[in-house]
This record gives sequence, C-alpha cells and structure tokens, in this order.
Amino acid sequence: MTELLYGIAIAPFKDMVGSPAFFAEVLIGGVFAGLMYSLVALGFVLIFKASGVFNFAQGVMVLFAALTLVGLLERGVPVVGALLGTTAVMVALAWVIERVVLRPLVNQEHIILFMATIGLTFFLEGFGEMVWGANVKKLDIGIPDRSFIVTGVQINQLEMFAALTAAVLVAVLGVFFQRTRVGRALRAVADDHEAALSIGIPLKTIWLIVWSVAGIVAIVAGIMWGAKSGVQFSLSLVALKALPVLILGGFTSVPGAVVGGLIIGVGEKVGEVYWGPLVGGAIENWFAYVLALAFLLVRPQGLFGEKIIERV
Amino acid sequence: MSAVRDDPRPLLSVNNIEVIYDHVILVLKGVSLRVPAGGIVALLGANGAGKSTTLKAISGLLRTERGDVTKGTIEWEGQPIHRKDPAEVVTRGIVQVMEGRHVFEHLTVEENLLTGGYTRKNGHAAKQDLALVYRYFPRLAERRLVRAGYVSGGEQQMVAIGRALMARPRLMLLDEPSMGLAPMLVHEIFEIVSRMNREAGVAVLLAEQNATMALRFAQYGYVMENGRIVLDGDARTIGENEDIKEFYLGLSGVGQRKSYRDVKHYRRRKRWLS
Repeated sequence: MTELLYGIAIAPFKDMVGSPAFFAEVLIGGVFAGLMYSLVALGFVLIFKASGVFNFAQGVMVLFAALTLVGLLERGVPVVGALLGTTAVMVALAWVIERVVLRPLVNQEHIILFMATIGLTFFLEGFGEMVWGANVKKLDIGIPDRSFIVTGVQINQLEMFAALTAAVLVAVLGVFFQRTRVGRALRAVADDHEAALSIGIPLKTIWLIVWSVAGIVAIVAGIMWGAKSGVQFSLSLVALKALPVLILGGFTSVPGAVVGGLIIGVGEKVGEVYWGPLVGGAIENWFAYVLALAFLLVRPQGLFGEKIIERV
Repeated sequence: MSAVRDDPRPLLSVNNIEVIYDHVILVLKGVSLRVPAGGIVALLGANGAGKSTTLKAISGLLRTERGDVTKGTIEWEGQPIHRKDPAEVVTRGIVQVMEGRHVFEHLTVEENLLTGGYTRKNGHAAKQDLALVYRYFPRLAERRLVRAGYVSGGEQQMVAIGRALMARPRLMLLDEPSMGLAPMLVHEIFEIVSRMNREAGVAVLLAEQNATMALRFAQYGYVMENGRIVLDGDARTIGENEDIKEFYLGLSGVGQRKSYRDVKHYRRRKRWLS
C-alpha cells in the first residue's frame, strides 16, 4: 500500500528532479504535441465562433489540405506554388461549402448543420482518396527533422518551427477577431444570425471568410502533422483529440484552443512517461478524454469560453 | 387627411403585398402603406396582426424565415426592393430594429454599435457617428465597455436603435420598441426616436401595440388586423376614433380608463372586418 502511494505521489517527482534534462525533453515533446492539437482545435473554434456550427469535417480538412499539398509537390510544383495552389483549393472548397451546404440551411437548428458537416467529412475523405490516392505520403517542406542540443536538452528544429508558426497564427487571429471590422462582424454573426443580417452584414461573405480562414489553418496543421508523421488517412482522426482540447479551452476562445492544447499535450506526455508504468502504459490514449470529462462537470464553458448569458 | 396615402412620391411604398410562409400559410393579404420622407408612421394592431411580417417583408429578413412576398411590390424611391438581400436593403438606407432587441450579447455596447456601421466604407465617418449615437443615448456612453448581454432591457433597446442608426439609414423600421419596458423608459426611448427623426431626418415606420404612445409621436397611422390594413388616417384622427380607443387604448368617453368589467362581451369580440 505504502509502496503504491510512494509510486504515485513521490517517485515520479523524484525522477523529474533527478534528471531535469530528460524532464525538459518530455515537456518540450508535450508542448509540441499540444500545439499540434491546438492547430486543429483552432479551425474548430473559428467556425464555431462565427457560425455556431461544430464543424465535424475540420479534421478531414486538415487531411485534405495536406494531401493537396503533397499531391502538388509530387507533380513537381515548387514549394511556394504548391502552398498558393493549396490555399486556392481551400478557399474554393469554402466557397462550395457555403453555396451547397450552408446557404440552404440558414436559420436551421445547429444540430442540422452539424449533421451536414458529418456528411461533408465522408465526402471529403472519399474525394481526397479518389483524387490523390490512399497511400501514406512523405511531406517534405525543406525543414530538416533534426535536433540540436541546448544545455543538455535536445530540441527538434521542426518542432521549434511548428511552435513559432502556431504562435504567429494565434496572434494574428486574435488581432483579427478583436480589432478588425470583419472580425467584429464574425463575432456578431456568431451571436445572432438574424440581427447581423438586419444591420446589413452579408452572411454569405462572412461564412466564406471564416471557412477560408479555417481552411488555411487546416493547411498549417496539415503541414506540421504531415511533416512529422507522414500524410495518411489516420490524420483525420486527430480531429477527435481536438474535441477534449475544445472542452478544456472553451469552444469560442482562440487562446483557449492553444492553452487547452498545451495542457493536454503536456499532461499526456508527462503522465505517460512518469505515471504510465504504474498502470501498464497507454495513458496517452485516454488522458485527454478523462480530463475533458472532469472539466464538463466542473466548468462546462471551458477555461476561456464565453459564459452563457441568461437574463432572468 | 389622406395626404400620406396619396403622396405621389413617397420614400417607401408597399403596394398590395401578399406574404406566404412555407409556401402554404398566408399571413399578409394585400397590405399597402406609404412612408413619406422624414415622416413617422405608426403601424398598429394586436399580436399576430401581421405588423412584424410587414416590416420583415420590407427589410428582406422574411426569406430567412421561409416567408416570401408572392404578390404586390415594395418600392423604395420608385425602385422595387422586394427581391433584394437584407444587406442590399441596408445599403440603400433601410434598417430594421427587430422585436425583442436582438443585441449581440457577447460583444460590448460599443462593439455592438460599431457593427452597425458595417456597411459603411468610410471608417472615419463611422467614428463620428459613434459620437452622435452617444449624444442621443448618453447612457450608452457610460456603459460602452460592458457586454451588451449584461445591460438592462431599456439599454439594450437603446443599443439596438443606436446600432441601426450607425448604418445612416433614411428609414428605420422599429418593431415594438416598447416591449417589456417600463413606461418611463418607453417614453424616454420614444423621445429620442422623435429627436432622431427631427434632427437627422430619419423617417420611421413604427410597429406598436402601445397605440397611445405611438400615436403621440407619429403623424400618420395604419391599423392592421388579420394580415390586412383595416383603417388608416392622421394620427390624431385615429387617436380620437372611438373604436380604436375601445380596442387598443382601453379608453372611452372622456378618456378615463374604464374597468374591464364594464366592457360588454359582444364589444370585446368585435372585429373590424366582421
């Protein structure tokens, strides 16, 4: 009994202090994984914030973006051209989605829009496979997956790059939402479609913008995941990990998506390495969901989510 | 008396429109009305008479509710607008303030007002308009950084009107601005609307159940029932009409409020068209 308690409460911390360099590496690994989750979660937040729709297809959009990019690169298109081409494809996709899926469903229940995005998921998965094939592909964006050592801690170049990109993306999005005319309109639409229409905010344009931005975020996420673990269809499952991230951070908060991602990334890595052996490992697989469940009980709007305003 | 009805060049004219919801439910059966430039016109009637539907037909919001103008025309300075998007209608100068306020709850009061200027291309002019709105509604200036979901009902109504004003409309469609507000506040809001009308020249089409208040500020009035206009005339004439008093004001004779008990049942059930 005492041995068990020692194993849970004391031994892991002794290990952490015992070899700080290793602990730092675990932390960095966690931060990286967390940022990856955040990037996917960001796409969800954008669309949810601006249209109140939970876009189930976000994960598959990440996959689709990565597939398109790899496909273009394989056909000999230079990196810059391939990036521009992929962006164009994602914007076109947003346009088609607005026309075919969203416009006919204005003012419908959220659950109906949600179902529509599930349909979209299956369509995009099949379409991507049809166009680009189902093989696992290597995505090379010219940044070597190499490490250098700073004061005894290994740091991966690719991971650093990913972290910086994510940080910049979040800062830009934050400013966009809080300070610009269009960003304000996006938040207005999220609050009340009809009122937004009544003061002349064109829903069509707004939705096109949001889905395009979500598509671009998907490209960034797709590049990072693809460069790390290859472009394959399991990429769309990453979306499932984004769900607990959203519950933690709050569905409507850009910073929330980042912080939520970091907590889950770091939590699961640290849990796996230090507490994993006690339960035979695989903490990584369930940690996020258990944490999310706990959050739902204690703070359902998440860390940074908007409080539900109720008038009495 | 029918100066408004016979005005040859009205700002807005609604000509005999019919509105059908969901392809089957007929809600407006030939409504015609006119709003002169710079005027205040009241649209009176009980719950479900078709006031909101008329306003939404004008602003174009009808289509998001699966409603459609199937007959008749709506003309804005002689141009048909009943097939236009709400955004297009706003750019042309008509803004609707919806029933039940509909503020953006998670945006601050000031952000709410700023979204109202979305259709304006000139950002600098929008800033000046913000100052103008604060002059009309000093209370909002005090609460500008508070989230609109947390301000009082009266202040929310002010936000909604101020937000609409930011689009620089020439016609404002006001839907039940008095709903759920204390009489004092209703009076305050109507005063501001009429000041806005005098100073900025904004014409107002005002849908109201509170007929006493609406007729005090309007020059002309229409009375609706069951999706039809049943009566129209100068605000004063309507205000003095015994039947109107009976049905909408609860007043009779010398203007004293009379007990509901004294209203004869057959009178209470009377309809204009029966």
